[in-house]
Amino acid sequence: MKTTIAHLKRGQRALIKEITSDRIPLKLLEMGCLPGNEVELIQTAPFQCPMYLMINGSHLAIRKDIAAQIEVQII
Amino acid sequence: MAKPIKVSLLGNPNTGKTSVFNLLTGLNQQVGNYPGITVEKKEGVCKLSKGVKAHILDLPGTYSLNASSLDENVVIELLLNKNDIDFPDVAVVVSDVENLKRNLLLFTQIKDLEIPTILVINMADRMKRRGITLDIPLLEKELNTKIALVSARKKEGIDTLKALIESYTLLPKTPCLQALSFAPDYFKKLQKTFPNQSLYKLWLVITQDVNFRKVDKQEYVTTPDFKIKSESELKRLQQKETIKRYQFINNVLKKALVIDEKAATGMRAKLDKILTHQFWGYFIFFGILLVIFQAIYDWSSYPMDMIDEAFAWLSETTKSILPSGPFVDLITEGIIPGLGGIVIFIPQIAFLFLFISILEESGYMSRVVFLMDRIMRRFGLSGKSVVPLVSGTACAIPAVMATRNIESWKERLITILVVPFTTCSARLPVYLIIIALVIPDKKIGWIFGYQSLTLMFLYFLGFATAIAAAWLLHRILKMKSTSYFVIEMPDYKIPLFKNVIINVVEKTKAFVLGAGKIILAISIILWVLASYGPNENFSNAQEIVTGQFTDLSEEEQKKKIASYKLEHSFIGYAGKAIEPLVAPLGYDWKIGIGIISSFAAREVFVGTLATIYSVGSEEDETIKNRMAAEVNPVLGGPLFNFASGISLLLFYAFAMQCMSTLAIVKRETNSWKWPVIQLVSMSILAYGVALIAYQILK
Ligand SMILES: Nc1nc2c(ncn2[C@@H]2O[C@H](COP(=O)(O)OP(=O)(O)O)[C@@H](O)[C@H]2O)c(=O)[nH]1
Repeated sequence: MKTTIAHLKRGQRALIKEITSDRIPLKLLEMGCLPGNEVELIQTAPFQCPMYLMINGSHLAIRKDIAAQIEVQII
Repeated sequence: MAKPIKVSLLGNPNTGKTSVFNLLTGLNQQVGNYPGITVEKKEGVCKLSKGVKAHILDLPGTYSLNASSLDENVVIELLLNKNDIDFPDVAVVVSDVENLKRNLLLFTQIKDLEIPTILVINMADRMKRRGITLDIPLLEKELNTKIALVSARKKEGIDTLKALIESYTLLPKTPCLQALSFAPDYFKKLQKTFPNQSLYKLWLVITQDVNFRKVDKQEYVTTPDFKIKSESELKRLQQKETIKRYQFINNVLKKALVIDEKAATGMRAKLDKILTHQFWGYFIFFGILLVIFQAIYDWSSYPMDMIDEAFAWLSETTKSILPSGPFVDLITEGIIPGLGGIVIFIPQIAFLFLFISILEESGYMSRVVFLMDRIMRRFGLSGKSVVPLVSGTACAIPAVMATRNIESWKERLITILVVPFTTCSARLPVYLIIIALVIPDKKIGWIFGYQSLTLMFLYFLGFATAIAAAWLLHRILKMKSTSYFVIEMPDYKIPLFKNVIINVVEKTKAFVLGAGKIILAISIILWVLASYGPNENFSNAQEIVTGQFTDLSEEEQKKKIASYKLEHSFIGYAGKAIEPLVAPLGYDWKIGIGIISSFAAREVFVGTLATIYSVGSEEDETIKNRMAAEVNPVLGGPLFNFASGISLLLFYAFAMQCMSTLAIVKRETNSWKWPVIQLVSMSILAYGVALIAYQILK
């Protein structure tokens, strides 16, 4: 199974791998969610959704279904 | 005098764009967001040296030129249309020194449009705490622009910015990178087909739905060469473009920006730990709401009492100073009480806007969105619906406009449809006066009075109904729409006093002026209708009454004549005609008139009653006392009793009585279908609930 942002635990960091799906909104890329950038899970709301992330120095929140499409490598 | 320089202010949300705008323009600004004039743009004038002026346009905050929301579309439409009267001579891109990397993306796109561009790097005051150092000359060279390092908070760097605006003709117009070099074949072909167009503009037009007025989009799409690109292929190319831009930005910043991590101190992490906590986060949020509503009720009662008495006094004094006659009557009995009915609510509305503005400015609102998303989604809403629902407590009009950043159309539509249920400030006048009349002024325990609890309950009822309606709509509406929920969580900031004050003043002013116009017009019409009658009964009131009741004192006779006249005036007949409709709800014909006139706008109700009741009355009285003295024509006893009061409160809680909201819903949904559905279903609901309540309680 692929590891995605949705698998991260609070405080865990990871590197974003290739972005393959074109279902990922462009806006997310524009906010810094790009291959090679570091992502850290800061907090989740109850039931793990939405997820509050720090990506490339930007702080943002996304829903779990999108998070599950971004493949990462945990570091 | 020279022509003013046209400046467009652009930037990512939360970069301090509004603060810079406020600094440049001071109070020289116009915001249109009230009845009819539903403009989403803020404009202002800034004086430069030697009599040169700059006309500043504050565009909605956007993350990039690839529009994903209506607000962002406004920006692109303007920047792509050279013939627009607002098309800028110079673009000022505001960025935040702490998020420079992300903010520069938009900057590189705007540079590609070949408009003279100035880069503002704001929040310079935070550099030290964050351990940031910048090489400005290097940045200027790499980005091919001029930079103003600004601190809107400390008011530093604004003169540099003004000087740059003034000499905008010297700014380079060329892009700072070759962003479209990733698919050479495709773009070469594109350029060949349209040799006279700028490549980046062509690309923007192809990739998004912009109303490109000059050159029709169809033209490109039907050209066979460009059909080969499917939507997903285009999206790939856009991804590549974004990556390309970031590569460039990363390279530039590697050289020009140094962050000393050790020097950075973080309040943010600590605050987030509590404020977004899975339990304490919610606890604090509801605590804050509770405090706000209690404060609105308690704090504003003092200035409100003063205003109420001041207007009664004003009316009385005018009456005694000016010679009597129909025109003076119109002023003292029509206009002054009518306006008094709205001015009295300024304190509360101002407090409400104050709190909302602080919540937004401080960055806390994004946390609320984060906390509430999951819960709201159950009901077919988005976490982002919380902002419209909360600001709906001020006014539904800006609230409907605030739904624009909700990505999913279905979630957005549902939010728009249910927002009018939240207790907007126009309902407050009605609630407050009715509560004061029918709910005892006692306290439970130490703090909470029955009256403020009732008010809180009405707010709660508004939210609950909105949520329930959303759930229902979520079930009924069959539309597929995928949601891309992305929200930035900005750093916490202490709100800038000036921003908050300007916001409160502007919003309150818009509310009072907008409502004031309607109320003025309606109170004049009502006064005329109440002061003239269609037949003998009106003009001969004096003889008829004195003939009938011979044994009354002069005082009582006067009263009888006045009320006899009112009953036989135009408005009296109209009211009587609708009385059968409102009698089952416990109202008399005067309240009926109040309700009808408040379909224009709710807050008209109090003014209407004030006007109706003061026609022909002599004493120096406040509106509330006059209402308390009304007697139920059928049952006797006070007209405003517990049952009719509750029924009236409920009616106003549910009814859709605001033409401006309907107009804005029409505009935002682009069809009459939704506002009509809103009007009809909410009116039926209001009538039904009020009817049931009165019949049970009476
Ligand atoms: N420290 C600091 N804070 C600022 C500065 N300018 C704006 N802010 C704060 O940043 C937040 C966002 O500002 P605002 O003007 O509303 O941003 P906008 O969303 O871009 O219009 C507010 O809390 C401001 O008080 C500045 O120069 N320094």
